[in-house]
Amino acid sequence: MAEIRLEGISKRFGAVSAVSDLSLAVDDGEFVVLLGPTGAGKTTTLRLVAGLERPDAGRISIAAIDVTRAAPAVRDVAFVFQQYSLYPHLTVFDNLAFPLRSPLRPMAESAIKARVEQVAKLLRIDDKLANSATRLSGGQMQRVAIGRALVRQPSVYLMDEPLSSLDAKLRADLRLELKHIQRDQGATMLYVTHDQIEAMTLATRIGVLEAGQLVQVGTPREVYGNPASAYVATRLGSPAINLLPRSCFPNLAMPAEAVTLGARPEHLSIRRANGNADGRISRVEHLGDQNHLHIDLGGASLVTLVDPEEPLAEGDPISVTFVDPLLFDAVGHRVRV
Amino acid sequence: MAEIRVQNLEKSFGSFHAVRGSTFTVEDGGFFCLLGPSGCGKTTTLRMIAGLELPTAGSISLGGEDVTFKRASSRDIAMVFQLFALYPHMTVRGNIAYPLKNIGTPRGEIRRRVEEAARILRITPLLDRPVGGLSGGDRQRVALGRAIVREPKAFMMDEPLGALDSEFRHLMCGELRALHDRLGATTVYVTHDQLEAMSMADTIAVMNNGMVEQLGPPQEIHDRPATLFVADFIGQPPMNFLPFRGPIPKGSAEIAFAGGTQAVPMLAENHPEGEYVLGIRPEHVRISDTGALRGTVYGSDYLGTNQIVTVHTTLGQVRVRLVSATPVPEGSTVGLSFVPDRISIFARSSGRALERFAGAGHG
Repeated sequence: MAEIRLEGISKRFGAVSAVSDLSLAVDDGEFVVLLGPTGAGKTTTLRLVAGLERPDAGRISIAAIDVTRAAPAVRDVAFVFQQYSLYPHLTVFDNLAFPLRSPLRPMAESAIKARVEQVAKLLRIDDKLANSATRLSGGQMQRVAIGRALVRQPSVYLMDEPLSSLDAKLRADLRLELKHIQRDQGATMLYVTHDQIEAMTLATRIGVLEAGQLVQVGTPREVYGNPASAYVATRLGSPAINLLPRSCFPNLAMPAEAVTLGARPEHLSIRRANGNADGRISRVEHLGDQNHLHIDLGGASLVTLVDPEEPLAEGDPISVTFVDPLLFDAVGHRVRV
Repeated sequence: MAEIRVQNLEKSFGSFHAVRGSTFTVEDGGFFCLLGPSGCGKTTTLRMIAGLELPTAGSISLGGEDVTFKRASSRDIAMVFQLFALYPHMTVRGNIAYPLKNIGTPRGEIRRRVEEAARILRITPLLDRPVGGLSGGDRQRVALGRAIVREPKAFMMDEPLGALDSEFRHLMCGELRALHDRLGATTVYVTHDQLEAMSMADTIAVMNNGMVEQLGPPQEIHDRPATLFVADFIGQPPMNFLPFRGPIPKGSAEIAFAGGTQAVPMLAENHPEGEYVLGIRPEHVRISDTGALRGTVYGSDYLGTNQIVTVHTTLGQVRVRLVSATPVPEGSTVGLSFVPDRISIFARSSGRALERFAGAGHG
């Protein structure tokens, strides 16, 4: 049993409220990703759970034990930072073994060896164990940093953008590995990122943070398909959801309180117009596997996806139909139909 | 005229060969991207064009003039770096004006050019603000402003968007390309981000181990990769690679594959007995009961509009891009089929794509 419970935690730094009245439960074996832009309070929340910061209010428990005032060392959490901080004078093996050699938790050297080798194999760095930690590529170093967290088998893992310093390809590979390791071990994970793809692909549930507040928690499909606000809707989806003023579409029937129409690619049906055109294609952006279509529509401009085989070109007149778009009111809250 | 010609350019640092024999031409007014993983030599190439490094061998000409060993300051090139080094104690205006003040431009002229640059970059309201409080994007616009006021022959940009959030980066790509279209100045742009390169460049040079592996327009590099490296580096997720054995006779449009046959684009040459690789992008794989290759669904990455399904087969892992509405249960057995004219075939030993019959397939 190793669930994390945050109840009404708040943290201020001087005049800035970094986290306010945040409540969240991460169940045993769950992978929760906190998503938000810089300054939303993601990292502060993680540091509060780790014990690196102390909350001004609220209560934190790990595995049903109140740790609100406990020192980081006794919390049995492993923290992986964005910048891998390895011991440069040690080998990969000794870096991985380091947390196990802590005088607080004595362990036989043979058991340490077995554990390190098991984790190294999992992360596919078992052929690098004798290397000096500095003679590794960035991806390998980050694997060692993740490995150092895994060897300890802590109650919970806390990760702060562990993949963001890696290049795109490596990030995609490690993402898939991390997800399988977490699932196979049944580990409880609280993970922080501003990368929506990491959030969508890794999370059992996503928590979206806005200015220190948790504004929506749900599975990736719930948060993407059924966002509570325009803010949440813009956090997920690529290209980003098109937010269009209602006034551009006087002929569309919608509730009186709706002032903004949110349209993702799947909410738009686009055809070449023969006759009455609604809009015009302003640019076709070739991104290889997918093309982004830039459209001028009733005084608004929007971006959507189009199959590269689709014979649509710059300047083409088009007719556009909205299919169950999302609606938002004047303050950005969702209007449900 | 500011065409850039790079010929047989080489650079060694001690025993390390950073760049080995690059040759390419950047057309006047072109937007040229050097794309590759870290350590491939792209930044070293850019720095040699800018005059910040001297080549070990080869030549560089700028607008018809040989500048190989000329000082950076006499090349009439503006550099934009990833880390926007602005003067923190100056206003936006002071920062943008600095390069002009430095060369003694008259005050009226400075004023005109700074305001023109600010207008193009849409930062006119910020001109008299200190740079300290600006957002990352605005700071990068100021750095760009400082480059464009000089009205140089060419711009060299070294991952100028690397420090920005991914969402914002894409937005800035659109802006940079629009800016390029307005100014028409020759631009060489270094990045490891294929999306940046795909969305902005007229021509991309994909670099690996100090060499240019492929040179061409973005769509061609994506659709017709010349090597396994390029096929693997471009595309998110990358191309799937599945092994098979030849020979493949000239003019044949079929290969022996996965215990059956697979239609492929017709090849222009005879290829002997040996190991080959079938390459197919995730968007050109279909899940179908009639597919010769079968496998087990390992997992699916939900991406909103689309999902990427990973299937484990006896020949290796295959990723498939599907719309999210199609359910593909984990652990289920599925058949896979490939769009024949989208298949690339590579020789395993050389890593190079085999030549097709001219006119075979698309593009």
